[in-house]
Amino acid sequence: MNDIENKKIEQKAKRAAFLRSFLRYLLLVLWAVLVLFPFYWMILSSVKTYSSYNSEYVPKFFTLSPTLQNYVTAFTAVPLAKYFLNTFIFTVVTTFLMMIVVIFAAFAFARLDFKGKDIVFSLFLSLMMIPNELVIITNFVTITNLDLRNTYLGLILPSVTSVFYIYLLKENFEQIPEELYKAAKVDGTSDFRYLWKVMIPISRPTIVTIIILKVIECWNSYVWPRLITDDQNYFLVSNGIQEIRENGFGRENVPAMMAAVVVISVPLVVLFLIFRHKIMAGVARGGTKG
Amino acid sequence: MKIVLEHLTKRFPNRNKKIKEDVVAVNDFNFEIPDGKLIGLLGPSGCGKSTALNLICGLEQPTEGKIFFGDTDVTKLPPENRGVGLVFQNYALYPHLTVRENIRFPLENLRGKDKLSKEVMEEKVLEAAKLVQIQELLDRRPSEMSGGQQQRVAIARALVKRPQVLLLDEPLSNLDARLRLQTREELKRIQLETGITTVFVTHDQEEAMSISDTIVVMKSGVLQQMGEPQEIYDEPVNLFVAKFLGTPQINVFEGKIKDGNVFIGNSPVMSAENYNNSEKEVYVAVRPEGFIVDENGPLSCGFINREVMGRDTSVIATNSAFIGENIRAIIPSEEEIHPVNNTVKFSLKPFKVRIFDKVTEERILL
Amino acid sequence: MKKNLTAWLCLLPAIAFLGVFMVYPLIDVLVYSFEEGYNFASQSFWETGFYNYSYVLHDPYFIQALKNTFIIVIITVPLSTGIALLISLELSSVKVLRDFFQTVYFLPYVTNTLAVGLVFMILFKKTAYSDGLVSLLIQLFGGPSVDFIDGPYWAKMFVMCFYTIWIVMPFKILILTSALASVNPMYYKAAQIDATPKWRIFYKITLPMISPMVFYLVITGFIGAFKAYSDEVALFGTDLNAAGMNTIVGYVYDMLYGNSGGYPSYASAAALLLFAIVFTITTINLMVSKKTVYYQ
Repeated sequence: MNDIENKKIEQKAKRAAFLRSFLRYLLLVLWAVLVLFPFYWMILSSVKTYSSYNSEYVPKFFTLSPTLQNYVTAFTAVPLAKYFLNTFIFTVVTTFLMMIVVIFAAFAFARLDFKGKDIVFSLFLSLMMIPNELVIITNFVTITNLDLRNTYLGLILPSVTSVFYIYLLKENFEQIPEELYKAAKVDGTSDFRYLWKVMIPISRPTIVTIIILKVIECWNSYVWPRLITDDQNYFLVSNGIQEIRENGFGRENVPAMMAAVVVISVPLVVLFLIFRHKIMAGVARGGTKG
Repeated sequence: MKIVLEHLTKRFPNRNKKIKEDVVAVNDFNFEIPDGKLIGLLGPSGCGKSTALNLICGLEQPTEGKIFFGDTDVTKLPPENRGVGLVFQNYALYPHLTVRENIRFPLENLRGKDKLSKEVMEEKVLEAAKLVQIQELLDRRPSEMSGGQQQRVAIARALVKRPQVLLLDEPLSNLDARLRLQTREELKRIQLETGITTVFVTHDQEEAMSISDTIVVMKSGVLQQMGEPQEIYDEPVNLFVAKFLGTPQINVFEGKIKDGNVFIGNSPVMSAENYNNSEKEVYVAVRPEGFIVDENGPLSCGFINREVMGRDTSVIATNSAFIGENIRAIIPSEEEIHPVNNTVKFSLKPFKVRIFDKVTEERILL
Repeated sequence: MKKNLTAWLCLLPAIAFLGVFMVYPLIDVLVYSFEEGYNFASQSFWETGFYNYSYVLHDPYFIQALKNTFIIVIITVPLSTGIALLISLELSSVKVLRDFFQTVYFLPYVTNTLAVGLVFMILFKKTAYSDGLVSLLIQLFGGPSVDFIDGPYWAKMFVMCFYTIWIVMPFKILILTSALASVNPMYYKAAQIDATPKWRIFYKITLPMISPMVFYLVITGFIGAFKAYSDEVALFGTDLNAAGMNTIVGYVYDMLYGNSGGYPSYASAAALLLFAIVFTITTINLMVSKKTVYYQ
């Protein structure tokens, strides 16, 4: 070991570190651009006028005369507001009903003692393995036979239970010390008051996570609504977009289409930007895609 | 390989962002660690001793100052080029690898002209395993071993590439009391056998005293004293060092130097001939073993209790000039104590009494 | 006794919904798949047997869907996992702008697949007015003009895979970055002291330690990709058979309701075939993972 050699090693290490961090950021920026570009493009196209969009053989990457006309068209030429309202109702009602079902079931599994608890719980768990694709066929037939096609009820009913969320919440409930329950019993608190006043407040983070995940799922759901509705009055945004793509705006009005896409994407993106840490932590804990 | 630290300083931005002032973890260190010695870096938690260790091995860069290994400046050298072995407090054994694979890991990193053949590697692994006496555990995984065994594996892994310097971060703190005793003897043996310059960090003064050739005492980033264990125990440079070393702790009294005498309260306990004229407020610190039960002794204390330890006896007593709760004096068990009116009188062994300035808390030599 | 009653009351909604919409359909789909020539209107069938399976397996549309699905699975699962791993590794080792990148990378997760698919279609599609941005870019570098949406099969498959990867990346990056964050940094320090080369640190320390999460992603990735459907609709429209881009799930839905209209028996048979495939692949995955994954 000598000083000159060490100097060389020091400099080499320095250069390598610089190069590494340069390449690192290059990759990160590249992927960020790939992610953001479609969003940029949809906003950009949505503020171009119909004529300027179609006259650009080579599309311009910016526009000097932005217009909001396309947004007006999006709301007037197709019942976008109606799709929105449907999706909103669907999301709120489904999430609300599911929370009730899930909370009570989780409470029963976590805190109450009853005969056959273990068997019922393992049966529940085994249902987690069943893919939606397998049961959707019969559900379609069931809903059709019940004459519930093109109704909110038909849209909502099949998705108000989730074994996975019951499981997630049950685990969380079980972490609440048993002593609290005993103390509440001694004080003469009823089971449901205890659930409402103690367990739900303590488990709020998990409940919020589940709500967020369910809202995202509802807002983006496509397959079931597509099967169960063919009346535009009951379309959700996903089906609305598909309808717009195939029949709306005289097919080629891309700026108006993009305006509709922007409008549909905004609520969740805003929700995400506000609660992003919560959402990301929630998805990391219990989310899946596809 | 000797290690030289020159004006070594490390500052961190304060974790509390409101405070602009940096935290000085290591403040202007200057000392030399001689070749082939076992050095204990001793201090209370948060005193910067782990930072000092990280600076020596290169995991952190000093804000100012230089580090030399031998005559070579390694201040800016990345850790992998320094030729150091480091044993982590939690051992950092790779949980998915067996003991053999863990120990072999550093050897497999060697490239180019240093590259080793499989046979040589196996030989070196066995040699290191033998050194720390874990030959029969080579095929286990870390999770299947006790803390003491993991510790040995960690040491073997650090030693297998024959580092010039071995660094240990709180090597014994995760072991139970019995293992700690055994392992520290083991550490000393391994260090003697290999002759590698070894620096270890600890907050346990007993640990540092028992095995170090030299102890470096630190407090809030500042080096307090460096020396052989006995020397530091006997001749502490300030009150902090005096209090930090030794169990039971040194007994500290308020006192003064006046008329060529050292006083505890109003009792003259020993002479201080060089201080004939001046009067000075001081702390008088007496090691527990510095008390002699003496009916005619100058220091009169209230007797509380005695604790029999077999080899010797602890006398618990009070005195109005005492700082803290109770005085603890250790006397040989064959000596008898007869408190009169619940009072016990002591005379002091002068070489077990140390005087410190009341303001600066620095040692005053009599 | 009262306690039992409360518990069952709490469970009643969950059991009722699961019974009607999960358990009963599960039995029913099996029954359907063996009822030959089931007619929706009259609710009658000729006889029971394997004819439905045989029909589906001989249907060229199903074969096409099977082929498409397998291509999508084989291309997107390894590629997306690999790229996600690379990005997560780099992301974990930067401090500046890290939060920003993480937020951006997660955006596709919260966007409507159908909506963004439309943007991808615009970018790749050739129309009377424009060749499409991507095609123009290719031409800029001297390539041919390609219509990725209505053009040759490989071009369509390319967009398909590209979009699928774009959609699944956020989840994978998120899971992998949190897995990487959970590796105790002391292992990296120990490796650095021992002069371990970067690639070796990755291969010998990082990868084994995050291997459970990587395998989780591979398994869920396989399952997800086998069930690909709405991404295809987003790009190529609802008539996937005409575009030659149908998937197994798409085939099931088309059989159930759609252009070919109302053959639940065939749909059931196809769905069960899909389930068999996914089940087999997942079992193989689990067997492989037992051998290679390190579980703490």
